[in-house]
Amino acid sequence: MSWAEFISMGDYGFYVWGSYLVSLIAIGGEIVFLWKRKKRLQESARD
Amino acid sequence: MNLYKYAAPANFYPLAGKLIPWFAIPAAILFVVGMYIGFFVAPTDAQQGDAYRIIFIHVPAAWLGMFLYVLLAIYAAIGWAFNARLASMMATSLSITGAMFTFLSLVTGALWGKPTWGTWWVWDARLTSSLILFFLYIGFISLQSAIEDDRRADRAGALLAIVGVVNIPIIYFSVEWWNTLHQGATIRILDKPTMAPPMLAAMLIMLAACWLYSVAIVLARVRCIILEREQNVARLAEARA
Repeated sequence: MSWAEFISMGDYGFYVWGSYLVSLIAIGGEIVFLWKRKKRLQESARD
Repeated sequence: MNLYKYAAPANFYPLAGKLIPWFAIPAAILFVVGMYIGFFVAPTDAQQGDAYRIIFIHVPAAWLGMFLYVLLAIYAAIGWAFNARLASMMATSLSITGAMFTFLSLVTGALWGKPTWGTWWVWDARLTSSLILFFLYIGFISLQSAIEDDRRADRAGALLAIVGVVNIPIIYFSVEWWNTLHQGATIRILDKPTMAPPMLAAMLIMLAACWLYSVAIVLARVRCIILEREQNVARLAEARA
Protein backbone atom coordinates (compact mmCIF):
# COMPACT_ATOMS: atom_id res chain seq x y z
CA MET A 1 0.00 0.00 0.00
CA SER A 2 1.39 3.41 -0.96
CA TRP A 3 1.34 6.47 1.28
CA ALA A 4 -1.26 8.19 -0.92
CA GLU A 5 -3.51 5.12 -0.79
CA PHE A 6 -3.16 5.01 2.97
CA ILE A 7 -4.22 8.65 3.32
CA SER A 8 -7.14 8.29 0.92
CA MET A 9 -8.54 5.19 2.71
CA GLY A 10 -10.32 4.15 -0.48
CA ASP A 11 -11.88 7.64 -0.72
CA TYR A 12 -13.18 7.38 2.85
CA GLY A 13 -10.20 9.33 4.19
CA PHE A 14 -12.26 12.32 5.36
CA TYR A 15 -14.55 10.11 7.46
CA VAL A 16 -11.90 7.76 8.80
CA TRP A 17 -9.27 10.40 9.62
CA GLY A 18 -11.96 12.82 10.73
CA SER A 19 -13.12 10.27 13.30
CA TYR A 20 -9.65 9.75 14.68
CA LEU A 21 -8.86 13.47 14.66
CA VAL A 22 -12.00 14.23 16.70
CA SER A 23 -11.08 11.39 19.09
CA LEU A 24 -7.57 12.75 19.51
CA ILE A 25 -8.90 16.25 20.24
CA ALA A 26 -11.52 14.97 22.71
CA ILE A 27 -9.17 12.68 24.66
CA GLY A 28 -6.24 15.11 24.44
CA GLY A 29 -8.53 17.94 25.53
CA GLU A 30 -9.73 15.98 28.54
CA ILE A 31 -6.14 15.35 29.62
CA VAL A 32 -5.08 19.00 29.11
CA PHE A 33 -8.09 20.39 31.01
CA LEU A 34 -7.49 18.04 33.93
CA TRP A 35 -3.79 18.87 33.97
CA LYS A 36 -4.62 22.59 34.15
CA ARG A 37 -7.14 21.96 36.91
CA LYS A 38 -4.46 20.13 38.90
CA LYS A 39 -1.91 22.91 38.31
CA ARG A 40 -4.40 25.51 39.51
CA LEU A 41 -5.06 23.51 42.68
CA GLN A 42 -1.39 23.08 43.41
CA GLU A 43 -0.80 26.81 43.01
CA SER A 44 -3.69 27.75 45.28
CA ALA A 45 -2.45 25.23 47.88
CA ARG A 46 0.92 26.96 47.98
CA ASP A 47 -0.59 30.38 48.72
CA MET B 1 -5.05 -4.75 55.29
CA ASN B 2 -8.24 -2.92 56.01
CA LEU B 3 -9.80 -1.98 52.67
CA TYR B 4 -12.50 0.16 54.30
CA LYS B 5 -9.79 2.59 55.25
CA TYR B 6 -9.69 3.65 51.59
CA ALA B 7 -13.31 4.79 51.70
CA ALA B 8 -11.96 7.91 53.39
CA PRO B 9 -10.97 10.50 50.77
CA ALA B 10 -7.79 11.41 52.66
CA ASN B 11 -6.59 7.80 52.52
CA PHE B 12 -7.75 7.20 48.98
CA TYR B 13 -5.95 10.27 47.63
CA PRO B 14 -2.38 8.86 47.83
CA LEU B 15 -3.56 5.36 46.81
CA ALA B 16 -5.18 6.76 43.64
CA GLY B 17 -1.98 8.63 42.89
CA LYS B 18 0.01 5.41 43.05
CA LEU B 19 -2.49 3.50 40.90
CA ILE B 20 -2.69 5.99 38.00
CA PRO B 21 0.54 5.00 36.14
CA TRP B 22 -0.45 1.31 36.30
CA PHE B 23 -3.44 2.16 34.12
CA ALA B 24 -2.16 5.13 32.11
CA ILE B 25 0.98 3.46 30.74
CA PRO B 26 -0.71 0.22 29.55
CA ALA B 27 -3.47 2.41 28.06
CA ALA B 28 -0.95 4.36 25.98
CA ILE B 29 0.76 1.15 24.81
CA LEU B 30 -2.53 -0.54 23.89
CA PHE B 31 -3.73 2.56 21.99
CA VAL B 32 -0.62 2.34 19.80
CA VAL B 33 -0.88 -1.46 19.35
CA GLY B 34 -4.62 -1.27 18.60
CA MET B 35 -4.17 1.48 16.02
CA TYR B 36 -1.29 -0.40 14.41
CA ILE B 37 -3.32 -3.62 14.04
CA GLY B 38 -6.39 -1.64 12.99
CA PHE B 39 -4.64 0.20 10.17
CA PHE B 40 -1.75 -2.05 9.11
CA VAL B 41 -2.84 -5.64 9.86
CA ALA B 42 -6.64 -5.69 9.57
CA PRO B 43 -7.74 -6.13 5.93
CA THR B 44 -10.11 -3.87 4.00
CA ASP B 45 -13.74 -4.87 4.54
CA ALA B 46 -15.45 -6.56 1.57
CA GLN B 47 -18.67 -4.55 1.97
CA GLN B 48 -17.67 -1.24 3.53
CA GLY B 49 -14.15 -0.77 2.18
CA ASP B 50 -11.92 1.18 4.54
CA ALA B 51 -14.79 3.18 6.06
CA TYR B 52 -15.30 0.35 8.55
CA ARG B 53 -12.00 1.29 10.26
CA ILE B 54 -14.00 3.88 12.23
CA ILE B 55 -15.23 0.88 14.24
CA PHE B 56 -11.97 0.73 16.22
CA ILE B 57 -12.86 3.94 18.03
CA HIS B 58 -16.65 4.03 17.53
CA VAL B 59 -17.51 0.77 19.31
CA PRO B 60 -15.14 1.26 22.28
CA ALA B 61 -16.45 4.83 22.72
CA ALA B 62 -20.06 3.65 22.63
CA TRP B 63 -19.42 0.81 25.10
CA LEU B 64 -17.53 3.06 27.49
CA GLY B 65 -20.28 5.68 27.26
CA MET B 66 -22.81 3.10 28.44
CA PHE B 67 -20.58 1.27 30.91
CA LEU B 68 -19.36 4.44 32.64
CA TYR B 69 -22.96 5.60 33.01
CA VAL B 70 -23.93 2.40 34.85
CA LEU B 71 -20.84 2.78 37.02
CA LEU B 72 -21.72 6.44 37.67
CA ALA B 73 -25.25 5.48 38.75
CA ILE B 74 -23.93 2.74 41.08
CA TYR B 75 -21.41 5.10 42.71
CA ALA B 76 -24.01 7.86 42.98
CA ALA B 77 -26.48 5.43 44.59
CA ILE B 78 -23.85 4.19 47.08
CA GLY B 79 -22.88 7.78 47.86
CA TRP B 80 -26.50 8.62 48.53
CA ALA B 81 -27.59 5.49 50.41
CA PHE B 82 -24.54 5.16 52.66
CA ASN B 83 -23.64 8.84 52.83
CA ALA B 84 -20.23 7.93 51.34
CA ARG B 85 -18.51 11.09 50.12
CA LEU B 86 -15.86 9.32 48.07
CA ALA B 87 -18.43 7.31 46.10
CA SER B 88 -20.26 10.52 45.17
CA MET B 89 -16.98 12.10 44.11
CA MET B 90 -16.30 9.08 41.89
CA ALA B 91 -19.69 9.59 40.23
CA THR B 92 -18.84 13.24 39.56
CA SER B 93 -15.44 12.26 38.18
CA LEU B 94 -16.95 9.58 35.91
CA SER B 95 -19.49 11.98 34.40
CA ILE B 96 -16.94 13.98 32.39
CA THR B 97 -15.21 10.94 30.86
CA GLY B 98 -18.54 9.23 30.17
CA ALA B 99 -19.87 12.34 28.43
CA MET B 100 -16.66 12.58 26.39
CA PHE B 101 -16.94 8.97 25.17
CA THR B 102 -20.66 9.31 24.41
CA PHE B 103 -19.92 12.48 22.43
CA LEU B 104 -17.23 10.55 20.52
CA SER B 105 -19.61 7.68 19.75
CA LEU B 106 -22.13 10.16 18.32
CA VAL B 107 -19.59 12.08 16.22
CA THR B 108 -17.76 9.01 14.89
CA GLY B 109 -21.14 7.40 14.26
CA ALA B 110 -22.19 10.38 12.14
CA LEU B 111 -18.88 10.23 10.27
CA TRP B 112 -19.51 6.55 9.63
CA GLY B 113 -23.18 6.96 8.76
CA LYS B 114 -22.59 9.52 6.03
CA PRO B 115 -20.56 7.25 3.68
CA THR B 116 -22.40 3.99 4.51
CA TRP B 117 -26.03 5.11 4.97
CA GLY B 118 -25.86 8.37 3.03
CA THR B 119 -26.86 10.46 6.05
CA TRP B 120 -25.14 11.95 9.11
CA TRP B 121 -28.10 11.31 11.36
CA VAL B 122 -31.44 9.50 11.55
CA TRP B 123 -33.94 9.62 14.39
CA ASP B 124 -33.99 5.89 14.92
CA ALA B 125 -33.96 4.00 18.21
CA ARG B 126 -30.21 3.39 18.58
CA LEU B 127 -29.14 6.89 17.65
CA THR B 128 -31.88 8.68 19.57
CA SER B 129 -31.30 6.68 22.77
CA SER B 130 -27.54 7.38 22.49
CA LEU B 131 -28.28 11.09 22.17
CA ILE B 132 -30.47 10.85 25.28
CA LEU B 133 -27.52 9.24 27.09
CA PHE B 134 -25.40 12.24 26.16
CA PHE B 135 -28.11 14.59 27.47
CA LEU B 136 -28.28 12.59 30.71
CA TYR B 137 -24.56 13.14 31.22
CA ILE B 138 -24.89 16.85 30.41
CA GLY B 139 -27.89 17.06 32.75
CA PHE B 140 -25.94 15.39 35.56
CA ILE B 141 -22.97 17.70 35.07
CA SER B 142 -25.04 20.91 34.89
CA LEU B 143 -27.26 19.90 37.80
CA GLN B 144 -24.23 19.27 40.00
CA SER B 145 -22.52 22.50 39.04
CA ALA B 146 -25.73 24.49 39.59
CA ILE B 147 -26.05 23.43 43.25
CA GLU B 148 -23.70 25.14 45.65
CA ASP B 149 -23.75 22.60 48.48
CA ASP B 150 -21.69 19.53 47.49
CA ARG B 151 -23.77 16.92 49.29
CA ARG B 152 -27.06 18.34 47.99
CA ALA B 153 -25.57 18.34 44.49
CA ASP B 154 -24.58 14.70 45.01
CA ARG B 155 -28.10 13.70 46.03
CA ALA B 156 -29.78 15.55 43.15
CA GLY B 157 -27.29 14.07 40.69
CA ALA B 158 -27.83 10.57 42.12
CA LEU B 159 -31.59 10.83 41.59
CA LEU B 160 -31.12 11.86 37.96
CA ALA B 161 -28.45 9.19 37.37
CA ILE B 162 -30.55 6.36 38.83
CA VAL B 163 -33.66 7.29 36.86
CA GLY B 164 -31.55 7.56 33.70
CA VAL B 165 -30.25 3.98 33.99
CA VAL B 166 -33.46 2.82 32.32
CA ASN B 167 -32.05 4.25 29.09
CA ILE B 168 -29.06 1.84 29.04
CA PRO B 169 -30.92 -1.40 28.15
CA ILE B 170 -32.92 0.62 25.62
CA ILE B 171 -29.69 1.60 23.84
CA TYR B 172 -28.24 -1.88 24.09
CA PHE B 173 -31.26 -3.78 22.76
CA SER B 174 -32.55 -1.07 20.42
CA VAL B 175 -31.07 -2.81 17.37
CA GLU B 176 -33.04 -5.95 18.21
CA TRP B 177 -36.30 -4.39 19.40
CA TRP B 178 -36.84 -1.96 16.56
CA ASN B 179 -36.09 -1.78 12.88
CA THR B 180 -33.10 0.45 12.55
CA LEU B 181 -30.47 1.53 10.08
CA HIS B 182 -27.83 0.71 12.66
CA GLN B 183 -26.21 -2.66 12.18
CA GLY B 184 -26.69 -5.37 14.82
CA ALA B 185 -24.25 -6.08 17.60
CA THR B 186 -20.74 -6.80 16.36
CA ILE B 187 -19.99 -9.04 19.32
CA ARG B 188 -22.43 -11.37 21.02
CA ILE B 189 -21.24 -13.21 24.04
CA LEU B 190 -22.66 -16.60 23.06
CA ASP B 191 -22.21 -16.47 19.28
CA LYS B 192 -19.11 -16.68 17.18
CA PRO B 193 -17.79 -13.25 16.27
CA THR B 194 -18.82 -12.02 12.84
CA MET B 195 -15.52 -10.24 12.13
CA ALA B 196 -12.13 -11.30 10.79
CA PRO B 197 -9.72 -12.04 13.69
CA PRO B 198 -7.40 -9.01 13.19
CA MET B 199 -10.41 -6.66 13.02
CA LEU B 200 -11.79 -8.15 16.20
CA ALA B 201 -8.37 -8.03 17.88
CA ALA B 202 -7.88 -4.34 17.02
CA MET B 203 -11.34 -3.48 18.35
CA LEU B 204 -10.88 -5.39 21.61
CA ILE B 205 -7.41 -3.90 22.16
CA MET B 206 -8.82 -0.41 21.60
CA LEU B 207 -11.63 -1.24 24.02
CA ALA B 208 -9.07 -2.30 26.64
CA ALA B 209 -7.07 0.88 25.98
CA CYS B 210 -10.15 3.08 26.42
CA TRP B 211 -11.08 1.23 29.60
CA LEU B 212 -7.59 1.63 31.11
CA TYR B 213 -7.55 5.28 30.05
CA SER B 214 -10.90 5.81 31.78
CA VAL B 215 -9.64 4.33 35.05
CA ALA B 216 -6.52 6.51 34.96
CA ILE B 217 -8.27 9.78 34.10
CA VAL B 218 -11.16 9.18 36.54
CA LEU B 219 -8.68 8.51 39.37
CA ALA B 220 -6.70 11.61 38.42
CA ARG B 221 -9.87 13.71 38.40
CA VAL B 222 -11.18 12.34 41.67
CA ARG B 223 -7.91 13.46 43.25
CA CYS B 224 -8.65 17.01 42.06
CA ILE B 225 -12.21 16.74 43.38
CA ILE B 226 -10.93 15.58 46.78
CA LEU B 227 -8.57 18.57 46.89
CA GLU B 228 -11.31 20.99 45.89
CA ARG B 229 -13.91 19.68 48.30
CA GLU B 230 -11.83 18.76 51.31
CA GLN B 231 -9.05 21.31 51.47
CA ASN B 232 -7.86 20.51 54.97
CA VAL B 233 -8.10 16.74 54.72
CA ALA B 234 -6.43 16.77 51.34
CA ARG B 235 -3.50 18.82 52.59
CA LEU B 236 -2.98 16.27 55.30
CA ALA B 237 -3.00 13.51 52.68
CA GLU B 238 -0.54 15.44 50.55
CA ALA B 239 1.81 15.71 53.51
CA ARG B 240 1.60 11.96 54.12
CA ALA B 241 1.86 10.87 50.46
